[in-house]
Amino acid sequence: MRQYAALFKMRLIAGFQYRAAAWAGVATQFAFGFVFILTYDAFYRSSAQEPPMPWEDLVTYLWLQQAFLAIIMLWWQDGELLSGITDGHVAYELCRPYDMYAVWYARLVALRLSSVLLRCGPILIITVFLPARWRMHLPAGPKAAALFLLSLALSLLLVAAVSMFVYILTFITLSPVGARLIIGIASEFLQGSVIPIPLMPKPLQQVLNFFPFRYAVDLPFRLYSGNIAGSDALVQLGIQLAWVVGLVLLGYWAFGRVLKKVVIQGG
Amino acid sequence: MIYFKYLRMVIRSFMQYRLSFWLNLLGQFFVTFFAFAGMALLFRRFGSIGGWSFGEAALCFAVVGTSFALTECFARGFDIFQRQIKSGDFDRLLLRPRGTVLQVMGSNFELTRAGRLAQSLVVLGLAVSWVDVTWTAAKILTLVLMILSGVAVFTGVFILGAVVCFWTVEGLEFINIFTDGGREIAAYPLTIYPKWIMRFFTFLLPFGCFNYLPLLYLTGRAAAHPTLYMLTPLLGFVYLLPCLLLWRFGVRHYISTGN
Repeated sequence: MRQYAALFKMRLIAGFQYRAAAWAGVATQFAFGFVFILTYDAFYRSSAQEPPMPWEDLVTYLWLQQAFLAIIMLWWQDGELLSGITDGHVAYELCRPYDMYAVWYARLVALRLSSVLLRCGPILIITVFLPARWRMHLPAGPKAAALFLLSLALSLLLVAAVSMFVYILTFITLSPVGARLIIGIASEFLQGSVIPIPLMPKPLQQVLNFFPFRYAVDLPFRLYSGNIAGSDALVQLGIQLAWVVGLVLLGYWAFGRVLKKVVIQGG
Repeated sequence: MIYFKYLRMVIRSFMQYRLSFWLNLLGQFFVTFFAFAGMALLFRRFGSIGGWSFGEAALCFAVVGTSFALTECFARGFDIFQRQIKSGDFDRLLLRPRGTVLQVMGSNFELTRAGRLAQSLVVLGLAVSWVDVTWTAAKILTLVLMILSGVAVFTGVFILGAVVCFWTVEGLEFINIFTDGGREIAAYPLTIYPKWIMRFFTFLLPFGCFNYLPLLYLTGRAAAHPTLYMLTPLLGFVYLLPCLLLWRFGVRHYISTGN
């Protein structure tokens, strides 16, 4: 266990080195946050009836999405590992006396965690003090805050578990783009990153409940604003945890299978 | 002509990785597909946006999508120009007896954007039938001009982004705010935004001249001066001139990174 913790820490520290990139990222995420709010503002102003998601909740949702982008975006993957699979560097990994799934999984979690810790601070602090129409609101209460943090931590684990399937599929297709693009793009819609799930039609919402993606974005952000609360919150957190455990087990099994058949490319 | 030789070369090199190419193409198709689905769902929920119907917004979305896809296909070289600066490859271009603009444009074609283009064209076809417009020859011409004007404006913005690299060497992520962010904004008629956004995207980065100005004409909102609004897309081509001048200015001030 100690070796995995050490590798995790190493990756985390390496991630902290990219501070200039982080600042550029913060600026971009601010700009996109504003663009999205502007569009929704026009929609909300033209709406005939009361939208199912109050304006404050929507703005908060959009800012949370920008602040925690590094946790939730699935098209963002570890390029080094992906190219390693196609160019044969993965051979070195195979020689090392550790559990590869665990190490890669820890690596993905560390990559996202270091990036999000660098980026979320400025966005969270500044958006709380913006003028009323643009402001990100504080959590609905201490209980909502606690549930949000718990759920966000599970999101990180969930996204990393789903990400592992990108690498597993890359072992099979040997093309670093395909799996990453398809999973990355489809998940964006299914998560509620394109438009928030409460604004979708009811039947579609029910369909999305059957996928794991919703639990990575929609759930934590709505726990934050108190939109999901009480016993429903606990049930959904349970489902989120079940997805994490299920996908890790399935991924572990599938990873073992592809490693048995792996063909090393090049020398 | 040399431009088409460049194009053929890049197509050939792409075809060496067929599976990867097709998957990428499919992926690009779905990027815009889901963006459009999101837009459609928002209109389902809210009905209209700032007095514009779904069909009209879809037309806007399709024009911007088509222009952007074409620009990324053919002027991608400027978009990723920082790599040439960083690696010093740009020095080689300077030695050749051809213009730098042509060579940078020819250095890369992002053919996978054909997926995005296909999706935008489908939306364009649908939007043309959805909007309440009688399509006269003049209106069809305007629509074509809008798309071409969009290509000119996006190319101009890409060039501006590349010019910045002459001084910064490092590609700047904030350029994306104007290319990708501009695309997001221009996907809706600009009149839905606050005045200062509209002014910025009309006068500084003239997205307005292929977006809402001709759209006013198409949808019959510009009854007073129809011809004037019809011709606004031409301004997009004029925009290329200052961009190219800045490019020349940048090339003159270029200092090689030396590797």
